[in-house]
Amino acid sequence: MKKSLAMLDVPGEPNPTGINALKRKLTEIRAQQSEPESGMVAEVVRAVLTTISHELSAKESSLLREVEELGQMIANTKSEIAALRVDDITDHDIPFATDELDAIVEHTAHATDAILESCEMLDEVAATVTGEAATKLLAAQTKIYEACSFQDITGQRITKVVTTLKTIEGKVAHIIGTFGATAAAARVSTTHVASDADLLNGPQLPAHAMDQSDIDKLLADF
Amino acid sequence: MAIDKTMNVLIVDDYKTMLRIIRNLLKQIEFNNVEEASDGSDALSKLRGGNFGLVISDWNMAPMTGLQLLQEVRADNRLKTMPFIMITAESKTENVIAAKAAGVSNYIVKPFNAETLKDKIEKVLGHA
Repeated sequence: MKKSLAMLDVPGEPNPTGINALKRKLTEIRAQQSEPESGMVAEVVRAVLTTISHELSAKESSLLREVEELGQMIANTKSEIAALRVDDITDHDIPFATDELDAIVEHTAHATDAILESCEMLDEVAATVTGEAATKLLAAQTKIYEACSFQDITGQRITKVVTTLKTIEGKVAHIIGTFGATAAAARVSTTHVASDADLLNGPQLPAHAMDQSDIDKLLADF
Repeated sequence: MAIDKTMNVLIVDDYKTMLRIIRNLLKQIEFNNVEEASDGSDALSKLRGGNFGLVISDWNMAPMTGLQLLQEVRADNRLKTMPFIMITAESKTENVIAAKAAGVSNYIVKPFNAETLKDKIEKVLGHA
């Protein structure tokens, strides 16, 4: 902006009053904020257009108008992104989703180990049985062992999903970085009473969950 | 050709549950001498220091993958003819081709059943 205004200065001729006023305005904006908001830039461009429109060719005028529209578009996009609260995605939603997925893997692994342990105990029983019962027992155990391999496949699939989520998280963080901190600034702090739907969050992650004794203590306090 | 079920079998996977499943399935088909390794390099050192008749390995492991293990085995004069079965969830054509090119004896895609495991072992050891 500084450069384009300087270009309007004609050596040996006094600056038009409007341009001097715009220069002053830009200096004021710079003093207030090192990186002016796109809305401010659009405002200045609009003012430049109004002031010097009679000195510009149709092509220059059209170009400046496009710059103005572009500035407005960026300002609108920033507002829309702020309204979406995209930083919630990286701060809360994606970490929450990956933690939940990790918990699924952990819980299913424990369950699978328990099933395998029980099935191995059946081996001892199988050794004491003969005939058709032994055959049936062996077939049932085999089915259990085969079915338990779901854990490995599930774990690999979930790992893929977690990787994808982390990629999305990186891209969202990039968007936030590009559009600055306005998204966070646009947050509105609200306090509300939790509804029935708000309270239905499914099982808690082990690190955040209360165990039965905590709940008993809590109930006893009422 | 009769298969010697008393041979030592090395199973390789970085996932303990999977090792446990394969060990139990091998037991079901009467292979009782089973040793475990948790990744490629662990397997390689066990293979070099032991006497095994068959390797059953996962592909997706770190730091040494199943494919790298296979390549090391095939490059080792003492181990190069070792029957080697890859058990993996990687079922893309390029994976199978890469494994074949590296000299895999057979390839089982997860999830698998005991019958498939038995069938592949018989095919591999029958040709050994």
